[in-house]
Amino acid sequence: MRLAATIVLAMLLEVAWRAIVPLGAAEIARDERRSGYTFMAPDTQAIQDDDTANLGMLWVLDGEALWKKNSGAANKACADCHDDARASMKGVAARYPALDQALGRPVNLEQRINLCRARHQDASPLPFESRDLLALTAFVAEQSRGMAIAPGQTAELQPFVARGRDFFMKRQGQLNLGCTNCHDDNWDKHLAGSAVTQAMATGYPLYRLEWQSLGSLQRRLRNCITGMRAQNYDYGAPELVELELYLMSRARGMPIETPAVRP
Amino acid sequence: MAAALINVPKKARRGDIIEIKTLMSHIMETGYRHTASGQVVPRDIITSFSCRYNGEEIFRADLFPAIAANPFISFFTIATESGKFDFEWIGDNGFSETASASISVE
Repeated sequence: MRLAATIVLAMLLEVAWRAIVPLGAAEIARDERRSGYTFMAPDTQAIQDDDTANLGMLWVLDGEALWKKNSGAANKACADCHDDARASMKGVAARYPALDQALGRPVNLEQRINLCRARHQDASPLPFESRDLLALTAFVAEQSRGMAIAPGQTAELQPFVARGRDFFMKRQGQLNLGCTNCHDDNWDKHLAGSAVTQAMATGYPLYRLEWQSLGSLQRRLRNCITGMRAQNYDYGAPELVELELYLMSRARGMPIETPAVRP
Repeated sequence: MAAALINVPKKARRGDIIEIKTLMSHIMETGYRHTASGQVVPRDIITSFSCRYNGEEIFRADLFPAIAANPFISFFTIATESGKFDFEWIGDNGFSETASASISVE
């Protein structure tokens, strides 16, 4: 009898507990959000902080040269339409991925640059992760350094954000993990000696010491998806852009750090 | 496209110890890696770096395959007179880059 009472009590407690703590993952509270920068060792932070030691600045310099260089059959440079990037590109990266009206779906900054090449320069698209595309993206994004991340909140964009959020929350792959299981539930812990972090994509494209190169957010996402042993997506796939869009809405208000440095 | 980032103080007092920081864009391919089909990726590294202060060599370094891509080299010198620092990187496959920075010493 006593045993039965204990079991009933335990069940009641369980029900009460579930009512207080919602099942599954909860997103990180706004004031608890932290950039990946805050998880780094002071030595690595120092590399990012000094523009003459920040390796990403090498790509920014290249991007500045490319901005002024004529390209494609139209023989036009980015600067011919957009003039000085310091003024015209200020704040642009903060609101990407953004909706492209013609395509009817969001595109990220790399895709926007390639669309611009196709539509206005009559040039072939630069391959994803190529030095030139990373350089131009880093140069454009660097103009928004320190500005608050502010992706669009229009009704047209909402379904894409929601799909990105579903991707983030969904368990998948042979390890049956969702992004959220690490980056919402366990961001204060370590995985094989590395900080798990909160998946706040504030500094892309960024220089990863592990890559010995600059890389895009999609490169990082594909790394993570491979780590979950899940089906991966090609660069530029709508699924990855939607995930990017959700990550940016998750980091809304946090300052852009491009070009960031990470271990 | 090679690009260098140089950090030399614009001004210094005579006798000051100053730090010079240089960053050079380079892949530093070790020569020890293989492609998926088993072919060796040929070595492509910077092999030497030097710095001259008004023509006189004040720092030199030999670089080897174990050094990471985009080598960052920093060193100290004494500000003796106003003038120019000339930097030179030399490497495999005819790689050769130069950069310079000036300083005024009071």
